[in-house]
Amino acid sequence: MDTHAHASGDHAREDHARHPSPKVYVLIGLILTIVTAVEIAVYYIDALNDWSTAIIIPLSMSKFLLVVMFYMHLRFDNRLLTAVFAACGVLAIAVIVSLVILFKVLPYQALG
Amino acid sequence: MSEHAAQIDRHYTTTGIDSRKLGLWVLIGSESLFFGSLIATYMVYRGQSTVGPFPHGPDGLLDIPLTSVSTFVLLMSSLAMVLALHAVQVSNRRGAITWLLATALLGAGFLGFQAYEFTHFWHEGLTLDRNLFGASFFILTGFHGAHVAVGVVWLLILMTEAWRHRLPASRALSVEIAGLYWHFVDVVWIVIFTLIYLIE
Repeated sequence: MDTHAHASGDHAREDHARHPSPKVYVLIGLILTIVTAVEIAVYYIDALNDWSTAIIIPLSMSKFLLVVMFYMHLRFDNRLLTAVFAACGVLAIAVIVSLVILFKVLPYQALG
Repeated sequence: MSEHAAQIDRHYTTTGIDSRKLGLWVLIGSESLFFGSLIATYMVYRGQSTVGPFPHGPDGLLDIPLTSVSTFVLLMSSLAMVLALHAVQVSNRRGAITWLLATALLGAGFLGFQAYEFTHFWHEGLTLDRNLFGASFFILTGFHGAHVAVGVVWLLILMTEAWRHRLPASRALSVEIAGLYWHFVDVVWIVIFTLIYLIE
């Protein structure tokens, strides 16, 4: 045991030092809960019907980013990992938007 | 030699990132595209069903209160997961076992909600081949549920390792990698919950 185990231990300690504390984890969990509650409230409030999509999507994106940055540690990790995830995420969003435009927007435009 | 071994251990790849961690992130990238395609399919077929049952409306099938609870359960499982990682990093074996078990149980709870929802929909006449909503909904949420099931098994294996004193702080990366997978499953659900359930 060696050097390998000791080095792994060092690595674990370095990771631990970079990661948020349990207090921050709990705080993020609390924020996620509150944001989810707000999303559900917006869904049920009739007065916000016209605006619900415009309100819910940014709230959902904020939850997504909080989990990715703090729970998946992208905020503290090597930038290359962020690049890998962001590149694939952008490509996935491009696929969704392209297919929706191709099948749901263009056919209606063609019909006039 | 020992210094050399330490260097190899701390710089697994030329990028300076552990190869297992980099590999898991590449897997997450490819999974993003996989779920992106399924979400795109759902979005394209949205509102195109010619026969019921339909997701929204007065007789809509989707049960928002129930799914809100299951969403909360999955979000809390992510919190339990990071607390498990922290426990392993500080060599708190009891904490690691507790939080890994809590994460697995919350994941199993989410699957229970999904099983109830699927059964309820089936009784209401929604099947995979009933309409476009049924086909795209069951495929998308079914694949997500399968990923959650894989995660639950992975977490239970890690919990067993901790129980057998085989999960010291030096193996925290194994827990972190399982956590990355688990949180990815969580963020996919954040997107699914928004697009399928909350936006009519």
